[in-house]
Amino acid sequence: MFDVAVVGGGVVGCAVARELTRHRLTVALLEARNDVGAGTSKANTAILHTGFDAVPGSTEARLVARGYGLLSAYAPAAGISVEATGAVLVAWDDEQAANLPALAEKAVANEYMDAEVIDAHAVRQLEPNLGDGVTGGMVVPGEYLIDPWTTPIAFATEAVLNGCELLTRFDVARCAVGSESTVLTATDGRKVQTRYVVNAAGLYGDTLHHLFGHAGFTIRPRRGELIVFDKLARPLLQRTILPVPTAHTKGVLVAPTVFGNIMLGPTADEIEDRGATGSTRTGIDTLLAKGHRILPALMHEEVTAVYAGLRAATEHSDYQLSAHAESRYVCLGGIRSTGLTSSMALAEQTVALLASIGLTTTMREADEWLSARMTPLGEADERPYQRGGAVVCQCERVTAGEIDAAITSTVPANDVDGLRRRTRVLAGRCQGFYCAANVCALAAQSDGRAMSEWMGLQ
Amino acid sequence: MTPDVDVAIVGAGPAGLSAAIELRRRGVGRVVVLEREQVAGGIPRHTAHLGYGARDLHRMTTGPRYAALLTRRAEKAGVEIQLGRSVQSFVGGQLFTTGASGQSQIQAHAVVLATGVRERPRAARLVPGDRPAGVLTTGSLQQFTTLHHQRVGTRAVVVGAEHVSFSAVLTLAHAGCKVAAMVTALPRHQTYAPLRIATAGRHRVPIHTGVTVAEIVGRSRVEAVVLTDGRRIECDTIVFTGDWIPDHELARSAGLPMLSIAKSPIIDDGWHTEQSGVFAIGNLVHPAETADVCALDGRAVAEHVMDWLTLGRWPAAVAPINVSSPIAWAAASSVGVTFRVEQFVTGSIEVSSGSEVRHRTKRKQWIPNRAYHVKGFTDCSELRFRR
Repeated sequence: MFDVAVVGGGVVGCAVARELTRHRLTVALLEARNDVGAGTSKANTAILHTGFDAVPGSTEARLVARGYGLLSAYAPAAGISVEATGAVLVAWDDEQAANLPALAEKAVANEYMDAEVIDAHAVRQLEPNLGDGVTGGMVVPGEYLIDPWTTPIAFATEAVLNGCELLTRFDVARCAVGSESTVLTATDGRKVQTRYVVNAAGLYGDTLHHLFGHAGFTIRPRRGELIVFDKLARPLLQRTILPVPTAHTKGVLVAPTVFGNIMLGPTADEIEDRGATGSTRTGIDTLLAKGHRILPALMHEEVTAVYAGLRAATEHSDYQLSAHAESRYVCLGGIRSTGLTSSMALAEQTVALLASIGLTTTMREADEWLSARMTPLGEADERPYQRGGAVVCQCERVTAGEIDAAITSTVPANDVDGLRRRTRVLAGRCQGFYCAANVCALAAQSDGRAMSEWMGLQ
Repeated sequence: MTPDVDVAIVGAGPAGLSAAIELRRRGVGRVVVLEREQVAGGIPRHTAHLGYGARDLHRMTTGPRYAALLTRRAEKAGVEIQLGRSVQSFVGGQLFTTGASGQSQIQAHAVVLATGVRERPRAARLVPGDRPAGVLTTGSLQQFTTLHHQRVGTRAVVVGAEHVSFSAVLTLAHAGCKVAAMVTALPRHQTYAPLRIATAGRHRVPIHTGVTVAEIVGRSRVEAVVLTDGRRIECDTIVFTGDWIPDHELARSAGLPMLSIAKSPIIDDGWHTEQSGVFAIGNLVHPAETADVCALDGRAVAEHVMDWLTLGRWPAAVAPINVSSPIAWAAASSVGVTFRVEQFVTGSIEVSSGSEVRHRTKRKQWIPNRAYHVKGFTDCSELRFRR
């Protein structure tokens, strides 16, 4: 019997599980997939948001601002790469330029004081490779890049190190709320008994919410397709290029990544299927047309990845947080791409919400807490190959030692996607032309499973 | 700063090894080949079929045997092959390398880039759909089957219909994987009839022409491909073949100017790049020729390297060979000017040097993705197509 079970091992669920283990509590983290951070979290736009453009006064605005500070402070020690590049919001016509002062006022209303409207000439001086037709801009120096892959894994690693039980492939099918405890049953029949439940189920948050007998929001997945360009494109940009948001969408951005690539996206399509993470011809063509306008030279570079992430949007614009005393249940619903930035603030908020419905806790002493440091994946950080070692993946310069470490770690990789998110292996320009077979062979050697399993054949 | 070595060669494939052997034969002192893989030999290491050595060794052997033979010859010739040492960047004449023992820098009197070529993978071709396991290139397919003796799947679709695509068909058949279809955007396949008959013909593989993959279906494992004509083909494996792109990252990091379509560094007929002391050879400059052509590049570049080492001779200007559609690109090679066409066209190719037309080929059909050579006119400045 656990004190708290967190359902969902995305970046939010992992942050919550970690925060709970800082208290004298028994915690379980239940994840439907075979790994943490393997759903929507891995397809994030990877920006540490200041929240300058949030709806002033909203829960999201408050938690993004708070989370920005918490995660900025946490990241260096945890080995999560952050690059302080800043962003510039670029207007491409007179109407967009006319909207800039209002956006600057909105930033102030969100207590973000560093945004500054600049003219087209100044924009071009900052980013000389932008396409023609810039009419103005606004710099947002605090918009940073962050590694979206390591963040949930770092949280989960610290959670597990401090006693959290991580149950993967635990897809909650039923819940039975008793007077003292709740039993969660997975599709494969496994059961977890717990006093409190936190819903961090992301795209399936409304399904779990209904299982607990509540309504109030419905997930309307919004698919965002992204194109990642080869590292040879990285010198084209200094900082993130944000579009001027419209009523309909935040628009398509062009951003460097901490891995040293350039990313173009996302699109925003409301879809029905919560598993539809495929890219589409229309999406790719839309992005290329936008990219051609924003950063023409980018079109000459090779693409290393095309993928889609599904944001857990709802009919409401704000996060849907609630606490229910009678079922000892807290819901963290409707958390979209800002969830990476706000994750640690959401975790704090969750502890407060649990306390509000009767969970009494005491913090552990500092010496009872084990912290973890991940190997930073950022191109600007020191990487293992620089100290020597047999490089297996040449494009991303990943060593054999890193592959072994990722498979034998506290929260281990168990497929090539998990390896990619822990080491960057196979994420480069050759996409495995040179190394896929060697990577699978090494992985098989590390964990004793058949090479064919690592190839995804079984 | 005194250079550490006389010649540093990047890449121990057929081109790099052959250059190193020839330089040692001509008496160059310290010739170092930097190879990022743990084994020398390059791509032929995992192409387990005949077709190697014809033009350079005057024998016909398999890829792995050919790779081993060249490596042995290099070792015998006193070439220093550093394995597991990858060059990260090439700036200001310095090669910044990393390997098992950590980072080091190498300065050489001459540098020969022989970094080779790879196939364009699925992502770079912007193929929509899911991202399941089972999506390969010929290179990764060969490594799984030849080097690691793995089966890859039971039913495959091969994307492309150039020489290497038919080689992939054979590799799949040997690995026990049925090939459901080949797919090419072009109106016909682009290989020689005998190769097609021996591979796709023998294994009864239909070739769908004029179509591309519109979508990959399957969330964890490939389930099917949907073609642009709406046809759906059930399969668990997709092999993207050919569509070569040079491994030009080092050349670009050195700031060498590039051909925009081939994406290879611009060279003259002596493999000189725009940067004194830096040569580029092999499939880095002509994506992609057979291994023997690359090996002959290596042999032939040695004379020019010697001229640089002993006389300090370097051309005043290195200009690309001008071409226009339907010719995609042209570059010097050891067997003449090599070029590619973008589509099936019939006509002749006119070779010019300055304003003088030096040669006009026979009128014939030219096939895309095939390597063509115009022999004896390596100092040409322009190739023109005449209907």
